[in-house]
Amino acid sequence: MRKVRIGLWVLVGIAAFLFGLFAYQLSQPKDEFVKSAMIGQGIPAFDLPAATASRPALSSADLADGKPKLLNIFASWCVPCAAEAPQLAELERAGATIVGVAIRDREEDVDRFLATYGNPFARIGRDDISEVQLSLGSSGVPETFVIDGQGRITYQHIGDIRPEQVSTILEELRKAGA
Amino acid sequence: MRRLVALLALILALPLAVPVLGQDSLPPAPYAYQQLADPALEAKAQDLMITLRCLKCQSQSIADSDAPMAGDMRHQVRTRIAAGEEPEAVRAWLVSRYGDYVSYKPHLSSSTWPLFAIPVIVVLVAGFAIARRMRARK
Repeated sequence: MRKVRIGLWVLVGIAAFLFGLFAYQLSQPKDEFVKSAMIGQGIPAFDLPAATASRPALSSADLADGKPKLLNIFASWCVPCAAEAPQLAELERAGATIVGVAIRDREEDVDRFLATYGNPFARIGRDDISEVQLSLGSSGVPETFVIDGQGRITYQHIGDIRPEQVSTILEELRKAGA
Repeated sequence: MRRLVALLALILALPLAVPVLGQDSLPPAPYAYQQLADPALEAKAQDLMITLRCLKCQSQSIADSDAPMAGDMRHQVRTRIAAGEEPEAVRAWLVSRYGDYVSYKPHLSSSTWPLFAIPVIVVLVAGFAIARRMRARK
């Protein structure tokens, strides 16, 4: 009888532990971000046509010219991309070279977007079928990658850059050798 | 009256206007909605696509989703299969970009082995307990 009772208490203990675990996990905020598995690796080869007449096109060779850069994945139809425009402008003022990839976008829409929210980009490539985005392991717009001078991806920022995150991006850019 | 009509028109037009925000206007990638001409290759692509996660709509497969990005992923899968790549090579390509998260196919790894081991252990323990009881009853 005593043996049975100890066994029962062990069961109660296990059940309580499981419920505690569920309660803890359910109360934790869910991380919706899908991180790229490409960090630390070289940027895959690509050669995109220009997204706008006002800036040159973008290829992977442009990202391995010895100077670290920010690679911003954006789109004119993306609302948070407009929200991060002031932060991109601030990064450019701080000396960052920013190149852009416009996802599924039309030239006139890109022009209108840049005219409205500013153009911090040195180059902009257009990716009509998200091919470069997929090869980078990026799962949405906007995203910003830090690329070192050798064309290696060193950091990924998912979502729009908030004002308080500008310093982190600059620090990552500095670590990449800027 | 005229104002009411204008307001009504505006309300009716609203559902048409809202999707423009946050959605692109480009046509889908060529092989997003078009099947491959070779039924055998299309079947291969389809079998793979139902086991790949849509990254924008995280509980669907790319075969189930109408998100533009899922269409672009289907285009990648179909063009790579059509070019002669094996489905598992295409899966490996995506996993090397997004990690295991992108694949629904269960696989054994240093972090997933308990999922496979625990049921076996539970069955063994249960079998052992039942066997002991049966013997005790006799």
